[in-house]
Amino acid sequence: MTTLLPPRPPAAPDNPAKGRPVRAGRARLNRPGLAWTLPATIFFLLFAVVPLIAVVVLSFMTWTGLGDPKFVGLENWQTLAGDSVMLKSLWLSVLFIVLGVATQTPVSILLGVWASGPQRNRAVLSAIFFLPLLLSSAAISVLWRALLDPNFGVPAQLKWLFGDGNLFGHQSTAIGVIIFVGMWQFTPFHTLIYQGAAKSVPPVLYQAAEIDGAGRARQFFSITLPQLRNSIITSVILMVVGGLTTFETVLILTNGGPGTDTTITAFYMYEEAFRRYNFGMGSAIALVLVIVATAISLIMVKASGYDKMRSTMEGL
Amino acid sequence: MRTRPNYIAGAAVTVWLLIVALPLYVMVAASVQSRTEFSANGPLSVPTSLTFENFLLVFDSGFGKYFLNTFLVTAGVVGIVLLVVPPLSYAIVRSQSRGTTLIFRFFLLGLAIPVQAVIVPMFYLINSVGLYDTLLGIILPTAAFALPICTLILSGTMRDITPELYEAMSVDGASTARTFLRLVLPLSKGGLSTIAVFAALQGWNGFLLPLILTQSESTKVITLGLFNFQTQYGINVPGILAAVMLSMVPVLLVYLFARRALVQGLMGVGGK
Repeated sequence: MTTLLPPRPPAAPDNPAKGRPVRAGRARLNRPGLAWTLPATIFFLLFAVVPLIAVVVLSFMTWTGLGDPKFVGLENWQTLAGDSVMLKSLWLSVLFIVLGVATQTPVSILLGVWASGPQRNRAVLSAIFFLPLLLSSAAISVLWRALLDPNFGVPAQLKWLFGDGNLFGHQSTAIGVIIFVGMWQFTPFHTLIYQGAAKSVPPVLYQAAEIDGAGRARQFFSITLPQLRNSIITSVILMVVGGLTTFETVLILTNGGPGTDTTITAFYMYEEAFRRYNFGMGSAIALVLVIVATAISLIMVKASGYDKMRSTMEGL
Repeated sequence: MRTRPNYIAGAAVTVWLLIVALPLYVMVAASVQSRTEFSANGPLSVPTSLTFENFLLVFDSGFGKYFLNTFLVTAGVVGIVLLVVPPLSYAIVRSQSRGTTLIFRFFLLGLAIPVQAVIVPMFYLINSVGLYDTLLGIILPTAAFALPICTLILSGTMRDITPELYEAMSVDGASTARTFLRLVLPLSKGGLSTIAVFAALQGWNGFLLPLILTQSESTKVITLGLFNFQTQYGINVPGILAAVMLSMVPVLLVYLFARRALVQGLMGVGGK
């Protein structure tokens, strides 16, 4: 799982100028220099930053995987702007993200708040809820593809529920399957985020509300939810970026189909580059992905004031 | 306080329990049934006899090799991360130069780069250095993309080491290297195990990089093996489910014996 968070302001290094004075000379002896950072930095430059720069360059070139890439100016971008599949894929990506956030957030808040409570069966149930996290995206997709197989899976046994049973044959049910599998896979992760946050809500808030006669629903909406604010932002950003880069699920469950009905942008990029060998086009689509992902994260961080790290402890 | 049972939460929890547990039950039940029994009774039935033919088929179709490859990839990724991240985090936490602050910012920005974004140039790069279709070709980029989160986690742990301890080391005349080995590493065990687990999961669960950077049987990893197994034996549901179950076993073992490290490794920075 690639987790991604908005860059937080780095915590201040312990700066002797601010703290108590450190004996000069001595202290300088055991401070590591820039050399300590070099192996990791060079490695990261080579395998992450250089490719990121190369993707920009390649988006202005044409390359079929053989020979050398050739410069073609804005050709890829012009093709992309008029490409109906690309536009459809962007629309589908947005739909996937909205549906993903809308299904996963309420369930994981509810489960997270529940799991932070005092019930006796909590530990056992939480351990079961955690199990999907032990499987890779690929394994989960293969599992559900087999479970929902139209001829040998559950739909064949429960015809009254699934109709003709071919969930992968229609756009609405195919999208439904991908959203549901995403929910099955990622809800435990987001539940853990909310569980941790709900645990750290000061009990004194609930005690005060109890004295004021607030019921459980009122306590949930007036205390728990506002206190989970920062976690909701973190969790939703992770869902948005995760949704945008969903790949295995689409490839294994629907292969982008029926037709191009579940071809979201990340999958379209793979198809263009590695199935049609239009590496230039693939790079341009990849760049669109990076720009959209970064923009959404930045907008959400700014709009929510998360970058100012407003404390939920205000007024305590 | 809060003594009345919460019926809404109770109902939601029960529904979710069914959603999570039922597929896992079908997976386990199907994997020990023969294909004929499975087709006759359907996926939701209780197995009446026990067979290991599915697991044998899984291993016959090459999964032993895939497991070995995945272990090597995982070990390689963990090795690289444990080699380069601790010195970097140590410098980030202890160095006072502006350079290290910049480097830390640089790694934080690196958090925002999704692997998907760079697969085309990565394919080009790995090809041109002659690492296409090798395990090392998977290991290097996988490790690189684990660095930002691991750095963030480990420098967080290392910040908790108090300045007094560093002072004591320097009073004893310890060099930076000695301070690193004798003080910083032993006191960062929690963070080190978290980043090791995080890196291991990236190696173990990786799919996209192996998909585009390898092609032959001899370099296949489990996730790709599952994908191929499904395309090849699409109608053999018990076989597929047995393969999925086997792929889960090593992670399950880590979960049973090092639960805390696994949860923290899974969460990455999302847990903070």
